[in-house]
Amino acid sequence: MPKKITIEPVTRVEGHGKVTIQIDDAGQVRETRLHIVEFRGFERFIQGRPYWEAPVLVQRLCGICPVSHHLAAAKALDVIVGAGTGLGLTPVGEKMRRLMHYGQIFQSHVLHFFHLASPDFLFGIDADPAIRNIIGVAMHHKDLAVQGVMMRKYGQEIIKFTAGKKIHGTGAIPGGINKNLSVEERDILLHGADPLNADKMVEWSVGALAFFKAYHKNNKTLVDTFAEFPSNHLSIVRADGAMDLYNGVLRAVDTEGTRILDDVDCQDYDKYIEEEVRNWSYMKFPYLKHLGKENGWYRVGPLARLNTCDFIPTPLAQKEFEEFKAYTHGKPNNMTLHYHWARLIETLHAAEEIRNLLQDTDLQNEDLVVKGKKSHRGVGVIEAPRGTLFHHYEINDNDQITLANLIVSTTNNNQPMNLAVNHTAKSFMNGQKEITEGMMNAVEVAIRAYDPCLSCATHAMGQMPLEMTLVNENNEIIDCKTK
Amino acid sequence: MTNKIKIKIDGKEIITDQGKTIVEAAHENGIFIPTLCNFAGALPKGCCRMCTIKINNRFMTSCTTPAAHGMEVENNTNEINDFRKGIIELLFVSGNHFCPSCEKSGNCELQALAYRYQMMVPRFPYDFPMKSVDGSSPYIIKDQNRCILCKRCIKTIKDDLGRHYFAFKERGHKLEVLLDEKMGKEISSALAKKAMENCPVGSIIFKEVGFEVPIGQRKYDHKPIGSEIEN
Repeated sequence: MPKKITIEPVTRVEGHGKVTIQIDDAGQVRETRLHIVEFRGFERFIQGRPYWEAPVLVQRLCGICPVSHHLAAAKALDVIVGAGTGLGLTPVGEKMRRLMHYGQIFQSHVLHFFHLASPDFLFGIDADPAIRNIIGVAMHHKDLAVQGVMMRKYGQEIIKFTAGKKIHGTGAIPGGINKNLSVEERDILLHGADPLNADKMVEWSVGALAFFKAYHKNNKTLVDTFAEFPSNHLSIVRADGAMDLYNGVLRAVDTEGTRILDDVDCQDYDKYIEEEVRNWSYMKFPYLKHLGKENGWYRVGPLARLNTCDFIPTPLAQKEFEEFKAYTHGKPNNMTLHYHWARLIETLHAAEEIRNLLQDTDLQNEDLVVKGKKSHRGVGVIEAPRGTLFHHYEINDNDQITLANLIVSTTNNNQPMNLAVNHTAKSFMNGQKEITEGMMNAVEVAIRAYDPCLSCATHAMGQMPLEMTLVNENNEIIDCKTK
Repeated sequence: MTNKIKIKIDGKEIITDQGKTIVEAAHENGIFIPTLCNFAGALPKGCCRMCTIKINNRFMTSCTTPAAHGMEVENNTNEINDFRKGIIELLFVSGNHFCPSCEKSGNCELQALAYRYQMMVPRFPYDFPMKSVDGSSPYIIKDQNRCILCKRCIKTIKDDLGRHYFAFKERGHKLEVLLDEKMGKEISSALAKKAMENCPVGSIIFKEVGFEVPIGQRKYDHKPIGSEIEN
């Protein structure tokens, strides 16, 4: 009998999502959709507000990655206040922001891997959900859980010292920052009591990678084939091709590694990227204009970043990057669960970058802000933990915002996440008589690999649950499971 | 030479000069009575009612009531503090006060009073009024969403000829404090800064300097409002 499965809510991701899977009489998956069912409207209600409010207001989209929104907005406003398009700030201004950002990347990646994703690896995708969670990790793998908690705490401490507080700070202002890093603050982060110091964070990041690689070695088929499909990849890279999560030019490659967006200026993003609206989701579908809706969609995030950049400018992460690239013979990696591998390489890179930055005496400089000739339009693009994040603002002569356009990381990953759901549903559910909780969790594992922030993507409020609905060919609901 | 008089506030005897208001006498003697519309250098009007106290079982505004010899004043009691908290809550629900994105946060008297009187959730329903934001002045943004109609800007921001930059417009629930369109365009940078400083909330904003003071260095980041008075 044909049926439709609904997974609602999707668990261990940010925001509220719902998956529907349509299964025909023969028990074959016919259609799948990841619906984002929240709506918020930040782009509209920020209109009319003074432009310098944007970095503080818009970051309220999220409690996990507010720093990314804070900095993307500040970067857009740098352009508006005439402080250049990313490299025009004073050394302390740019480096404080970088420190804030890499602290954010570090804590968010750690949160994602340890708190949200690791239960699937430690206990198995079809393990008892009562154990398959962070409490289970804490009970059965105490050392790993402690590392996860302490690494996240370290990242949050960096954010506190650079932004003023751990969540929703005010550190970045148009044209610079409002504080430098005192020597006392630097010493706490650099040489703090064990384990909260830079060296330990690098050491633990190496350990987390080793853990994942060991899992990969023992579960090669699952990790390599789970929701594996070809795609384009997009991110910003430094002008010389290095990984740079704070500033750069837009680059995209296709599944063979051919450049389809060749290092273009972020200010021109709207010449190359368009967003499609579909009537069953509040999340839009971005694509590269010149390739069209069918072929222009792309992945973003850690996997995409490792596919687009030429190298990573810190030694330990570069070594891991070389191993990662060698695995696919230098070609782009399209394996969904390799997002975690890429994420942990970035975690190591962030730890190294933080350690380097903390030793830079520019952080103690006093020239915090720079301003020049004002303009009415600014675009800020940054690599948020989950992928490329676009903030675009326009203002009027009264300094009030007239237009805001946000394309957040998860939105960029909308089509890939839908495809990942489709692949997983087909692999796990085709021809099955009964849909088990483990099968539904497999669908969530696919979504979770992207580390989606669905509340950001729709600019939505509230907790993030996932629902799965099973419908027949006439769209009648046969079964509905919620979490 | 002024005559000294004695009054009691919450049972504590204090000495003050005849002619002083109760709030002045209290503050001089290290006793905090909250105020919002009352402002040094401007005639008190008693319009916000934050400074309400009780004398002879009657509610009075302490900013307009002169101290008199032998007066016994109730100030820091549960009843009065709840009354004050109610006023704060009313101010919050009648405007659009979104502290998380307001640059006055940490320096805002209304927010500081809400913390001091431990406002959690207002007991009244939010009004969510439609309000305008005027950015036509080169130095000032006048945000009606946050205005509490205290008149401090009207009373204290004047030009050399004594003309007011700010004035009331409309009546009743439509009442608003407007920045004069023509004078707003001519206001000096120094006077605009003074207007922002005199505004107890984030309704008058000096342009393009928002959030330049980091968290931890703002006026009420470490000590509650009134602690500068209390001893």
